[in-house]
Amino acid sequence: MALPLNYNIRNVLVRWRTTLFTVLGIGAVVLVFLGLRALGRGIEATNANTGDSRNLLVVRKGSQAESGSLVSREQFRTLRDLPGIARNAAGEPLVSAELVMIVSAPRRDEVGEANTLIRGVTPRGMELRSQVALVEGRWFRAGQREVVVSSRLARRFAGFEVGGTIKAGPDRLTVVGHFDGRGSAFDSEAWMDADESRALFDREQYSSVLLRPADDSLAAGLIQRIDHDKRLALRAEREVDYYSKQTMTAKPINYLAGILGTAMSVGAVFAAMNTMYASVGARTREIGTLRVLGYSRRSIVLCFLIEGVLLALLGGILGCATAWGLQVELAAFNVSFGTLDFQSFAETVFQFRVTPDLMLLGLGFSVVIGLAGSLLPALRAARLPVIVALKSL
Amino acid sequence: MVADPIVSIRDLSKVYRQGEIQVTALNQVSIDIQTGEFVVLMGPSGSGKSTLLHIIAGIDRASSGSVLVQGINVANLTESQLADWRNQNVGFVFQSFNLIPVLTAAENVELPLLLTALGRAERRRQVALALDLVGLADRGHHRPDQMSGGQQQRVAIARALVTDPTLIVADEPTGNLDAKSATDVLSILQALSRDSRKTVIMVTHDPKAAGYGTRSLHLEKGEIVA
Ligand SMILES: Nc1ncnc2c1ncn2[C@@H]1O[C@H](COP(=O)(O)OP(=O)(O)OP(=O)(O)O)[C@@H](O)[C@H]1O
Ligand SMILES: [Mg+2]
Repeated sequence: MALPLNYNIRNVLVRWRTTLFTVLGIGAVVLVFLGLRALGRGIEATNANTGDSRNLLVVRKGSQAESGSLVSREQFRTLRDLPGIARNAAGEPLVSAELVMIVSAPRRDEVGEANTLIRGVTPRGMELRSQVALVEGRWFRAGQREVVVSSRLARRFAGFEVGGTIKAGPDRLTVVGHFDGRGSAFDSEAWMDADESRALFDREQYSSVLLRPADDSLAAGLIQRIDHDKRLALRAEREVDYYSKQTMTAKPINYLAGILGTAMSVGAVFAAMNTMYASVGARTREIGTLRVLGYSRRSIVLCFLIEGVLLALLGGILGCATAWGLQVELAAFNVSFGTLDFQSFAETVFQFRVTPDLMLLGLGFSVVIGLAGSLLPALRAARLPVIVALKSL
Repeated sequence: MVADPIVSIRDLSKVYRQGEIQVTALNQVSIDIQTGEFVVLMGPSGSGKSTLLHIIAGIDRASSGSVLVQGINVANLTESQLADWRNQNVGFVFQSFNLIPVLTAAENVELPLLLTALGRAERRRQVALALDLVGLADRGHHRPDQMSGGQQQRVAIARALVTDPTLIVADEPTGNLDAKSATDVLSILQALSRDSRKTVIMVTHDPKAAGYGTRSLHLEKGEIVA
């Protein structure tokens, strides 16, 4: 039987002055790690949350993203006339040819500008994206230099309020409304009339085509047919698949979380090690006494490992609680984060998401720090011969 | 008619090597100790008293010779067997008490029992008995820093006898105590040997303390002289 847990807890607490800094340090490491992972999760969630599983997105062969793709009007007509395309109540085929452009706009509070994606969208395109809903003002009118922006984006850019204007190409667009993309990638977009956007930016071609098969069983056939048509030179995939692959934007943040997390955890391991060595040093005679009473080397190792883990867990709990508090606070103020989408080079808006599994990861992370930091001190404590431990002062 | 001794020491030597220099702490020591004896070990500083006590208690190992306790050759036990053997057979009392500061008196006394198969209720009962025996029945919830030196040493004695060991070994148990507390501690050790027939081996520098024992042994330069 091992020493009672109470003994370990009291030993961690009794040295609270030296313990505190280590606990705070480990807490900070867990917080930074969790924070970055939470941002990464937010981006991934946004992308995973975008699109309708019934829709297919068509881009030029070889294009990874809409922004780098070109679709001619002839290609669009071929697509529209393909058999097996769904129709709406009015009998019109659910096909939308769209133009995606990047404009630069001034940020609301910071100096400088950032890129925003403007989507020229058709009435069919809006029908195909039921997750986007108007929340303020009205939709743009066809043939007008009007734009509706996501309400999240509106909070980040100057002039995006209803009635404001956005500089686009040679002209300015008037903001007539705000929409809500319900946490999807569309929250990072501004929408205007498709034909008007081609006129404004002087473009012959579209960027992409969104369409819906009449029945889901036809989807695979349609994708095959578009992919294999040599004249078309287009590529089709499910809209949801397209967006879930755009997690590209989460990668830099996840890398950063990995690198920073590793670097900082090395520091935390040394802090924990330092504290545990100090604890072993101060308790050498106590260790000798326990050995005289019959406690084995193994129970001494276990004892100091448990104390290291307890110490680190305190830090882990602190870090998790802070991250959780931060999320609650951010949600209360409806704060979103922006990052650069490395494919469209447009600002991407997403939420800070601290999920329970992420917190568990943070706690696990702190346990690993505690184990790594206390292993060597624990072995030193156990390796001392009883007689040497007893004679120490 | 002499019964089999509980402790039988034959030709015991302990040599410390520090580089070129050799220190002979014990030189060919032979002693027999009977059950219920209260043996007092005396001698000048550095004469090897603590070394002898540590080897008998299975805390240190001899360079040569043998120590049999109840017929068991302690030198033949492995490290972990020795730990179990100490737990079951030896109660050790230190000069500086060596209580665990974060644990209460009762928790300190319970420590050796946690290594036994005893259940919680039985452990509590034994702890209460031991604390009662040293006159501290009402101090179980106190932490060491809330007690006087004499009280702490009595808790340490309770911890040493709670497992009902064969041997109680004490290295200058009154060295850090005032006269009154020293008398208390010595009386308890004496009662243990006289009334409970425990075998007690005690090191002391105090000739008055020696009066409590049933036999005195004198060490000088690692050898028994009287
Ligand atoms: N670890 C060690 N290394 C080297 N020499 C040691 C060691 N431990 C003890 N000695 C030596 O062994 C001899 C006996 O030491 P011991 O501690 O047994 O004496 P003692 O009789 O208990 O003395 P005191 O009354 O001062 O406690 C001394 O000369 C001491 O210096
Ligand atoms: Mg000594």
